Amino acid sequence: MSNLQTAPWVPPTTKTEEQPTALKLHAKEHLAARDLFKSYQKGPVGIPVLQGIDMSVYEGEFLSIVGQSGCGKSTLLHLLGTLDQPDAGEVHFDGHRIDNLPSRSRDLLRNRYFGMIFQFYHLLPELTTLQNVMAPALIAESTLGYWRRRGAHKRRAMELLDLVGLADRAKHKPRELSGGEMQRAAIARALLLEPKVLLADEPTGNLDRSTGEQIMAMLRELNREQKLTIVMVTHDNWISQQADREVRLVEGRIQATK
Amino acid sequence: MYKLLLCWRYLRTRYIALICIVSVMLGVATMIVVNSVMAGFTAEMQARMNGMLGDLVLESRSLDGANDANARMDEIRAAVGDDIVGMSPTLVVPSLMYIDVNGHPMTKQVTLVGIDQATHDSVSQFSEFLQHPSNREQLDFQLREGGYDVYDPQAPVDGEVKAREQMKTAGWQIRRQKAHLKKQRQQYEALQRRQQQATDPAAKLDPFAQATADRGEEAEGRDFDPSIETHAGIVLGIGVAGYRGLDGTDRFFAVPGDDVRVSFPTASKPPKIASEFYTVVDIYESKMSEYDSQFVFVPLKALQESRGMIDPTTGVGRFTSIQIKLRVGVDANEVRDRLRDVFPAQLYAVSTWRDKQGALLAAVQMETAVLNVLLFLIIAVAGFGIFAIFLMIVVEKTRDIGILKSLGASGRGVMGIFLGYGVSLGIVGAGVGLALGITFVVYINEIADLLGRITGTPVFDPSVYYFHKIPTVISPFTVSWICVGAVLIAVMSSIFPAWRAARLHPVRALRYE
Repeated sequence: MSNLQTAPWVPPTTKTEEQPTALKLHAKEHLAARDLFKSYQKGPVGIPVLQGIDMSVYEGEFLSIVGQSGCGKSTLLHLLGTLDQPDAGEVHFDGHRIDNLPSRSRDLLRNRYFGMIFQFYHLLPELTTLQNVMAPALIAESTLGYWRRRGAHKRRAMELLDLVGLADRAKHKPRELSGGEMQRAAIARALLLEPKVLLADEPTGNLDRSTGEQIMAMLRELNREQKLTIVMVTHDNWISQQADREVRLVEGRIQATK
Repeated sequence: MYKLLLCWRYLRTRYIALICIVSVMLGVATMIVVNSVMAGFTAEMQARMNGMLGDLVLESRSLDGANDANARMDEIRAAVGDDIVGMSPTLVVPSLMYIDVNGHPMTKQVTLVGIDQATHDSVSQFSEFLQHPSNREQLDFQLREGGYDVYDPQAPVDGEVKAREQMKTAGWQIRRQKAHLKKQRQQYEALQRRQQQATDPAAKLDPFAQATADRGEEAEGRDFDPSIETHAGIVLGIGVAGYRGLDGTDRFFAVPGDDVRVSFPTASKPPKIASEFYTVVDIYESKMSEYDSQFVFVPLKALQESRGMIDPTTGVGRFTSIQIKLRVGVDANEVRDRLRDVFPAQLYAVSTWRDKQGALLAAVQMETAVLNVLLFLIIAVAGFGIFAIFLMIVVEKTRDIGILKSLGASGRGVMGIFLGYGVSLGIVGAGVGLALGITFVVYINEIADLLGRITGTPVFDPSVYYFHKIPTVISPFTVSWICVGAVLIAVMSSIFPAWRAARLHPVRALRYE
């Protein structure tokens, strides 16, 4: 994983490589959980959330983790995205163990390699849509570096806003956007630094059916067109079925794989 | 980069942060104002003390003084001559002064100082405090015809000072007038006496008193005519010569032209009481009430003669102290120590003017220090305000902190946001406080006047302080020290909230509602 810390960050450029649209399933293990355990401490008793999860995410696939509320699916996603650390077990990314990395490296992973979207969009209310989309770049860069490359960042952010259809809302604050628009802005933000994996936590959970479908269509297209690996957590079977593959979680254990 | 952006955004959108800024601002402004005023008062006071006392004083331990000032001054010059720009012998003696107020003698305890007019100006700013323009240039202890300043000459031109009506006629004018009145009264009394004698021959008792009364003369001397003659000159402190009324006008018991009588011990053994008449030739106002209400000055030679301190064979006089003026920048303590080596301690005391006013100066310094500590506590209280408000903002921003962390912001980066926030608050608060404080100091007299007009009681009463304006000195060192301290306090009180923000767990922060 040492390349993560030393690899110089290349300013985003327009994607030139054309990917074939056909999916190659089971191509290469990208992100993997190995015997994950996680429990939360509630007073003196630990409440087990994850009880030995083994799963793999393959490059270029659209995987959905589905289950009832409280089954631990969000926790699993957080562990995969290094937002949290497991009690036992390992998380691997491209063959490297990532759950025990120092926090600085995990910050870097989240910044450059994972894109995240959430049920409640989680945009920063003080910033405009454009600034929100640019937030990962703001975090990645030093002040000086940002000023030097701010043109490139801004172009990339505008491109993404254009892609999600929000080009005309760039100057608006999140509170002036609708739920669907906020989620689209969040997707644009997640894509800014060209992540390897998009982690989506109930992306449609707070949206009505038709808006949710728009978001799903957008995710499917990203998966198809840009070969973006997507891991999505949902409790909604209907949404879940739109993924390439489903992992069903029941009480902290994987029940079946489609 | 996001640190700066978010810092700026939080600063612009959290109005509660303004409270922090205001509290820091007020603390800084108060400290600047108080320090400037204290420094102004101290500087003014020291300038006046030093103006009256020389930089160094060599004192004889005996009230009868030491012999031959010139020889002692030569010794001083031999020891520390390079550092000296002026010396002047003086003769100091405690005395009683009688001022005739409407026929009633008023007694005052004063310190009579004999000064050498020729050299005294080289050690002291004494003559700058006099009321007659010519005397301010060179004091010669002669009564002037008139022209004593009716308005305080030290008052700023635009200052509102009350006129001293009695000074309008001061000088020979009032002296002649009073002499004339006195003569008339005596003639009238003599006439009455003669009429009485005509009806009652038994009243003819004392032929000498009769003869004196007939000539209209008193004990002052047979040939003394006050309308054309004066006694030796005397300069009174303004607090000795009069008092300041509640309305701020000065009223005088004696003005230039009046005669006063002073009693003091002679230098003989055992001492006898000598009494001398002096004619007031001027009044000085150093604005140090301690001096103004205690010292009166007469010519050195006259006092030496009256106290019998001139050797009849050699004509050399005795003195009690030598005032020494040092070159600018010379360390007075160091020169004092060298002089102490030369002059035996059992006969002479050598001290700087600071030594002589040590207690007062130390008290003022102590007061300034205590005030500074207290006022800095105000800023410290502002620090606690920042602490509380920051903790609140961190709680309010918990979710945003989670978002930032999920986007890859490090704990240190999040800490940076809030530390930067604290620094900005400190800098903005200190900056505005600095501007406010300095503006206040610059316009302090106008503000005091305005407050006085609003409340109806003068905030700064010149009759109490003898200053016409509130003196201020803005010391860049003190001001920058205050600002740095304020910023430091702001930073220190934001450390804990920032650290808490940095420690927030991203998942828990994201779930925070």
